[in-house]
Order: sequence, then C-alpha cells, then structure tokens
Amino acid sequence: MTFEHIPEIAAVILFGVGFTLLLIDRNLIKKIIGFSMTDSGMYLYLAAKGYVAGRKAPIVENGVTDAAAYINPVPAGLVLTGIVVSVACTAVMLALTVRLYKRYRTLNIDEIANLARKEDG
Amino acid sequence: MALWKSVPFACILLPLFGAAVCSVLPRRAARAWAMGLIAAVAGLSCFFLAKMTAFDAAYPYRMGHYDAPIGNMLRAGPLEAVLGVLFSLLTLVCALGGGSRIREDLTEGRQGLYHTLLLLMTAALMAQVYTDDLFTAYVFVEIMTIAGCGLIAVRSGPGRSLVAAVRYMIMNLIGSALFLLGIILLYDLTGHLLMSSIHEALQAPAGAGNFDIPLTVVVALLCAGLAAKSALFPFHAWVPDAYATATPASAALLASLVSKSYIVVLLKVLFRVIGPAYIEASGVDNILFLFGVVGMLAGSVVAIRVPDVKRMVAWSSVAQIGYIYMALGLMTGAGAAAAVFHIIAHAAAKSVLFLSVDKLCEASEGHEFIGKLRGAGYRSPLAGAAFTVGALSLVGIPLLGGFTTKLNLARAVLDLGGAHAWAGLICLTLSTLLNVLYMLRTVLVLWSHPDRAPEAPQSSRAGGALAVSLGALMAANFLIFFFAQPLMDVINRGFALFS
Repeated sequence: MTFEHIPEIAAVILFGVGFTLLLIDRNLIKKIIGFSMTDSGMYLYLAAKGYVAGRKAPIVENGVTDAAAYINPVPAGLVLTGIVVSVACTAVMLALTVRLYKRYRTLNIDEIANLARKEDG
Repeated sequence: MALWKSVPFACILLPLFGAAVCSVLPRRAARAWAMGLIAAVAGLSCFFLAKMTAFDAAYPYRMGHYDAPIGNMLRAGPLEAVLGVLFSLLTLVCALGGGSRIREDLTEGRQGLYHTLLLLMTAALMAQVYTDDLFTAYVFVEIMTIAGCGLIAVRSGPGRSLVAAVRYMIMNLIGSALFLLGIILLYDLTGHLLMSSIHEALQAPAGAGNFDIPLTVVVALLCAGLAAKSALFPFHAWVPDAYATATPASAALLASLVSKSYIVVLLKVLFRVIGPAYIEASGVDNILFLFGVVGMLAGSVVAIRVPDVKRMVAWSSVAQIGYIYMALGLMTGAGAAAAVFHIIAHAAAKSVLFLSVDKLCEASEGHEFIGKLRGAGYRSPLAGAAFTVGALSLVGIPLLGGFTTKLNLARAVLDLGGAHAWAGLICLTLSTLLNVLYMLRTVLVLWSHPDRAPEAPQSSRAGGALAVSLGALMAANFLIFFFAQPLMDVINRGFALFS
C-alpha cells in the first residue's frame, strides 16, 4: 500500500459518487451537486497526475530556470480552464432550476415533467 | 505565410468577440450586428473553400506563433473548409428565416441576447471544425452546450421548453463528464493534447500496442460522451420536446448543426487522434454501428406513431443521427465520407422542414396535429412546397440530396461486406420504408383538399425573409444532388488529408 496514490483514489471516489447522483437522483439540486462532484473528482485526478513529489509550483524563483525543479504546469492550466467551464454550467443549471421551482414549486424532475405535460393539456 | 491562411482563425475570433459586443447592443442593432458578422463569416468560409480546393493540402496554423504545449493550434484542410461553409451558411439562413418568429416568440429584452447566443454558437461551430487541440475542442463543446441550452430555454411561453432545456443540460453534462474524463486519461497516457502529437505518441515504439486496455477505455469514454451530446438513440430523451417547443430558428439550428458539430469532433477523435487501427482493435466501432442501426429504426418507428407534426420531424432527426453513426461505425474512408455527406444533406433537408412546418401550423390556426393540417399546403403554398421538398429529400427521392446520401451509405456498407453489409442494407431499406410512411403521409395530408371551406379564407403567406431562406434551402437540396460528384470529390480529398 503506497500513500502516494491517495489523491487518485479520492478522485475516483468523488467521480463515482458524483456521477451516480447526476445519473440517478431525481432532485435537480442534487443533480447539480453531483455534477460539481464529478468535475471536482476529474480536476483532482488531473492535478494529482501533474504533481511530481518534491518539486515546486512552476513559478520561477531565485533564478532557477531548470525545468526539473518544477512540476508540470499544463494540468494546472487545464484545471483552471475546466473550473471556469463547470462554474458556467453550474450557473446555467441553477438558473434553470430556479425558474422551474418558481413555476412548479417542486425540484423533482419527474414531477416537473408531469406538471408541464398537464399544463399543455 | 499567406494572409488567407488566417481565415479559420478569423472565423472563430470574429463571432467570439462580436458576441461580447452584441450582448450590450439594443435589440435592433444586435440583430443587424449578429447577422452581419455571421454573413461575414459565411463569406470568408466560402472564399476559404475556394482557396483550399486550389491549394489542395492541409496545413497547421499556430496561433501567436508558439509551439505546443504553450501555443494552441488550428488545422485546416478541404474537409474542414467544406464543413465551415456548411455551418456558417446554414446558421445565416436559419437565423434569417426564423427572424419573424424570433420577434414574436421572445420578449424584447431577450431578442438581443438571442443573437448573442447565435454568435457564440457560430464561434463554437467554427472552433470545433478547425481546432487541432483536444482540450480546446472540449471548451468549445461546452460553449456550444450552453448556447444550445439558451436557444431552447430562451422562449418564455411554454413550461415544456424549460423542462426540455433542463433535460438537455443534464444529458449534455453527463456527456461532457465522460468526454472530459476521456481527454484526461488520454493526456495521462500520452502527455499531449494536440491531436497530431497524440497520434504520433501512440504510434511511437513505446506506445504502440502497449496501452490496449487503457486506450479501449479512452475510446469508449470519448465515443460515449460525444454520442450522448449528439443525441444518439438511447440518449435522445430531450430531443422531441426541445425541438417541438423551441422557436423555429432554434429547432432548425439544433437539429441540423448543433448535434452535428459533436459528430465532427468525434470524426477527429476516431480518424485523427486515435486512428482506425486502434479503434478496430478496441471493437468500439461495432458498438457505434449497432447503436446507429438501432437508432435508425427506433427513431422512425416512433415518428410514425407521433400525432404531432413537429415531434414527428424531431423523431426523424433521431433516426438520421443513427444513419451518421452507422456510417462512422464502419471505420472506413468511404464510410466517413458518406457520414460527412449525410451531415450536409440532412442539414439542408432538416432545416427546411423545421422552418416550413412552423409556417404550416400557423396557417392552420396554430394546430400541430397532423390531421388538422389538411390542406395547409394551399393556405401557405411556399411553406407547403418547402416541406414537400424536405420530406422527399429525407425519404431519398432522386433529384434531391437525400437520394445521393442514401446511395453513398449503401455503397459504403457494401464495400465493407460481411455482416455489416447485411445488417446495414436491411436496416437502411426498412428505415427508408418507414420514412416513406410518415413523411409522405404528412405531405399527402398537406395537399389534400380541406373537408369544408374555412369561413374566412385565411391565407398565410410567408414573409420576405422566410421566403428567401426557404427558397435558398430548397435550391440547396437540389444542388446537393446535381453537384454530388464534385462535392464528394472534395470530401474524399479532404478526408485523405484529414489525418
């Protein structure tokens, strides 16, 4: 048992729990939480893969320009971009959820669909 | 480097920055600005296609003159140029034709935002066509997802459009989670995000054959993610409500362009990033073929049973996506070329259907049931003619694009032979017969005389912009048939340069 893989294990657990929520739960807010967890899991995995034990964040310090002194900067950039994307998606989902809740007073997607069908007649 | 080689870059950047400006413009100015920019992109794309057919090669384009991994690359060839022309021109025509309904369906404050979304969608379409970087593709796939959600939910009337938008978002979030996971694992395996570099890394001695199991997982994740986003058969739950309740311009755009752009990314993943050898070894191609075939039949069977004409057209989209996946599942050059041709022919047919069907419903006092549309063709002759052309093209009548594309599909299936040929041909025939049943039935209803004369003769003539775009789309359906061979030559040449 090595402890260096703990971030990856945590990432897989986060992804699994989040993806299951996103797929199975009927409550819209829980679906959004599940989506956030899924993405967090993936970003954690990516960040863990970019990390090299014993090296520093890729910001030049004290004139050390040797690449071997720093960790891989690309995953950090990807994680940042990804976070922006998932914030935008979460905001859109929350806005839709608010509109649906104001109209139907429930967060259950099946009930909402039934109510909408009845409304149209 | 010649200046015209920067056209793909301009096609992405113009609408992207234009969208930011558009969001603060007042309603009328926003429409003029957006339509002008989309027209400019369409013009540039046509110019670029002309240049590319003469140039006859593919070239990488480094934005900012930095190499990967710091810089970001585009890659353009004849195939990308054809898709760029298709996407930009159709966006323009659909937005033009649906213009009057956009003004009726949306509140004043939202009309400006609608055009912002259109520009964002154009930028995302162009970026997905031209990008050579998987992560950039992911980012623009997400921009496309959010713009598409806006296009569905922007209409404030029916609650069902909101429900459809939420369903669309959930399915797309599941799809993008799988797609992103695939990209991350692929980056983990190869250390590259650039499509051509990933391919090289997989071919290198250290990579070749050593990562069969992880690569199978990656291919499965990427395919499942993009299939979920493009509404392949089991992932289609949001399609009928979304297309039926959205404003006609949105429905036409979503059905003919948005779902296709993900297929373009999938085409890149299959043929440029991973390569046919790995895909065939993983067996994922057979799964795509199977789902495509099932989708072809299931979509058509449901379309027959649906009483509502807009939902019927939406269900036929589900079937048509199945055709494309069936052709992709062959994993041959002919199959991919047939898939691209089908993307073009179906986009021309489906957009004309969605734009005209709304006019026909309007001419029938807003009824959407097929039975109530009796004689609608006489009340709105141009829309009736346009629907007829679109329907006949989907069925696959000669003189229309739909015939050529079905011929191409059948040829591609036969070339491969074996079980694929049998399954493909039988399902193609069955699906075409089902198409005949529901499409021609509707056309007959449109042109049969009404039982009783309406008290006041209510003729509903198409407005100027709608008439122009319907005319252009009808012409496009014929032109695709008559210029099928030159078009196919460009696609084949582009495909040879694609990977």
